[in-house]
Amino acid sequence: MKFIDEFRDKEIAKGLIRRIQKTSTRPVQLMEVCGTHTVSIFRYGIRDILPNHIKLISGPGCPVCVTPNVDIDLAIALSRQKDVIIVTFGDMMKVPGSTSSLQKEKAEGRDIRIIYSSLEALKIAKEYPGKRVVFLAIGFETTSPTIAVAILRAREEKLHNLFFLNSQKRVPPALYALLHSQQVKVDGFILPGHVSTIIGTDPYQFIAKEFGKPAVITGFEPLDILQGIWMLVQQIEENQASIEIQYRRVVHENGNPIAINKIYEVFEKGESDWRGLGGIPDSGYRFKESYKEMDVRNFEVEVEPSKEHPECLCGEVLQGIKIPLECHLFKKVCHPENPIGPCMVSIEGTCHTYYKYQ
Amino acid sequence: MREEKILLAHGSGGKLSHDLIRQIFLPQFANPILEPLDDSAKITNRQGSIAFTTDSYVVNPIFFPGGDIGKLAVCGTVNDLSMIGAIPSYLSLSLIVEEGFSIELLKQIVSSIHETAEKVGVSIVTGDTKVVEHGAADQLFINTAGIGWIRPGVNLSGLNAKPGDKILLSGCLGDHEIAILSQREGFKFQGELRSDCAPLNDLVGKMLDVYPSIRCMRDPTRGGLATTLNEIATMSNVGMTIEEDKIPVHESVKGICELLGLDPLYLANEGKLIAICPPDEAERLLEVMRDHPLGIHGELIGKVTEENSKRVILHTLIGGHRILDMLTGDQYPRIC
Amino acid sequence: MCLGIPGRVVEIEKNVAKVDVGGLLRDISLDLCPEVSVGEYVLIHTGFAIQKVDEEEATETLDLLRKMAEAI
Repeated sequence: MKFIDEFRDKEIAKGLIRRIQKTSTRPVQLMEVCGTHTVSIFRYGIRDILPNHIKLISGPGCPVCVTPNVDIDLAIALSRQKDVIIVTFGDMMKVPGSTSSLQKEKAEGRDIRIIYSSLEALKIAKEYPGKRVVFLAIGFETTSPTIAVAILRAREEKLHNLFFLNSQKRVPPALYALLHSQQVKVDGFILPGHVSTIIGTDPYQFIAKEFGKPAVITGFEPLDILQGIWMLVQQIEENQASIEIQYRRVVHENGNPIAINKIYEVFEKGESDWRGLGGIPDSGYRFKESYKEMDVRNFEVEVEPSKEHPECLCGEVLQGIKIPLECHLFKKVCHPENPIGPCMVSIEGTCHTYYKYQ
Repeated sequence: MREEKILLAHGSGGKLSHDLIRQIFLPQFANPILEPLDDSAKITNRQGSIAFTTDSYVVNPIFFPGGDIGKLAVCGTVNDLSMIGAIPSYLSLSLIVEEGFSIELLKQIVSSIHETAEKVGVSIVTGDTKVVEHGAADQLFINTAGIGWIRPGVNLSGLNAKPGDKILLSGCLGDHEIAILSQREGFKFQGELRSDCAPLNDLVGKMLDVYPSIRCMRDPTRGGLATTLNEIATMSNVGMTIEEDKIPVHESVKGICELLGLDPLYLANEGKLIAICPPDEAERLLEVMRDHPLGIHGELIGKVTEENSKRVILHTLIGGHRILDMLTGDQYPRIC
Repeated sequence: MCLGIPGRVVEIEKNVAKVDVGGLLRDISLDLCPEVSVGEYVLIHTGFAIQKVDEEEATETLDLLRKMAEAI
């Protein structure tokens, strides 16, 4: 497959490893932020082939994992209303809320459907004018423009039965919160390639300017990740701190302005709750006044009080403070068939990845 | 088992399916013939050994590119018998039909069963039909049982893998599951994407003709290659190492997998087999495989090891490694 | 979930493109990436093209990587 296979070349990978080995003289801890990077790193066994003194830790880049229980409980409560159809991306289905999950509710007969694109939500809303269709809008900046487009279309086409449970998140504020808390030592960041396709380099400048750490926007194929790591190691060796782009074939400094504009036609920045990190200012969106009618949080619905399993370490795992192996529940009680926290559910969740690939 | 209700994952061929068997069925039915849990049961008496197997088919949609539920039913059962070295001879055919199902469609499926059975040389010797009210079953479910004499001098079982053995795969992974999925989801293709649904008895026969001492053969259906290899590794108490760059996958299957985040190693196949053989037999067997129309993309994909027992390790494209576990959860329902 | 996969634009009708991903044809919205021509590659995420794939940059990156790997 073009633009994929070439970036999996074994010989070039070996050469890059040699480069990294030659360049790197000091122990470093690099944080990969994006869940898709977590998966790629495990899938290709990149940790094995890196020199031992280069450690990779996972950050809070899995949108499913950082969705707080409250939002899942709300989705479940909504699904129990007779005239509601819940539409969601697949990975939300098995995430445990306080007492149930969407998958369990579906097994009980609630109308919950998996879609692959926000545009499908529009289709379903048109097909069922007598129902209220609620789309679980979960994702980072890669997905937000697609959700904005769906909202704008719904408005254009005068669809009054499509609503959104807005639990979208923005990556840079979470990185700021992480760096500010100083709870985890990070020498450099492997930044999310696809989020950056949308937002470009500007939103990350504080990492270098305020905190003096290098960061490289990296693609997802093995050669991309290895080159990204090499670029970080180089900066660290030379005591540099700047935001660089490795994933040049799709990431530009100014991102995708059209996509960014779509987001801000519908939303404005707002505080959002992250599992493990708590409330972070500007780390999500809220509906602009003129689109508020599509916000499902206006609905009157009873939601059970939210609770999380007291021993679940997802919060710390998401910040890179602990690894899954340090969680008492990992593998013993918590595993993909019986997940206690979202990190085990999402295929990009750190715990799930550890479970599958370790 | 902590679940109180059956989940779709209990039928996926992965971890939960295995739990169900070990915790609910085996305790009640334990007997030496059942316990190996090979693809077919081997029943031995003074005359020799018989293979006996059963399967149910609930695939949705019932017609798909490359076949239909009828063809699938014959191939699946024939393959289970072949994997234990039996010459498939007789099948039973039991249908559960939903009220309102088209007789024309039923005729088409029966015709397909007939065609496939004839091609293989098996006879349908007994059958049953039940009709249930509209809504109590989805269109048509098929159950089969199959028997055949096991070739003398052949001992194929998941218990037999030994360190040093080589692992062969007869062709590209994922065709069946992706073909089913595409039909369900309405994916369109430039080229053709068809289920690999096919009877493997002839290929197996040719391989056993050359080396009757093959240790084990399995067809990686639900749960895919990874699950099948894990089953054997556990049964034989050995480790396995697989080379990612040797595993054949068609471009279109790769494309869908990338798009939907699926892993070809866990997708169901209905016309592929893996063979585990002593190391000096591997090259010749690979030739025999590749000479056969159902094995043209055959590859030597790995070996059996003493270390890492009960684990399957994948050497990745770029030289790293990861552990290949059994399928956990479910990928998609009603693939077979 | 930031799965993004490159595909080749085969046909365009208004703001929807038929994109070839390893032989599979998908209808992809061009709402976020309108300036695209047939034959070009786009990065696809949840049914939308979110950016063009710059073939020159891709080639340059690969050449650079190849040189880096060989020189050592």
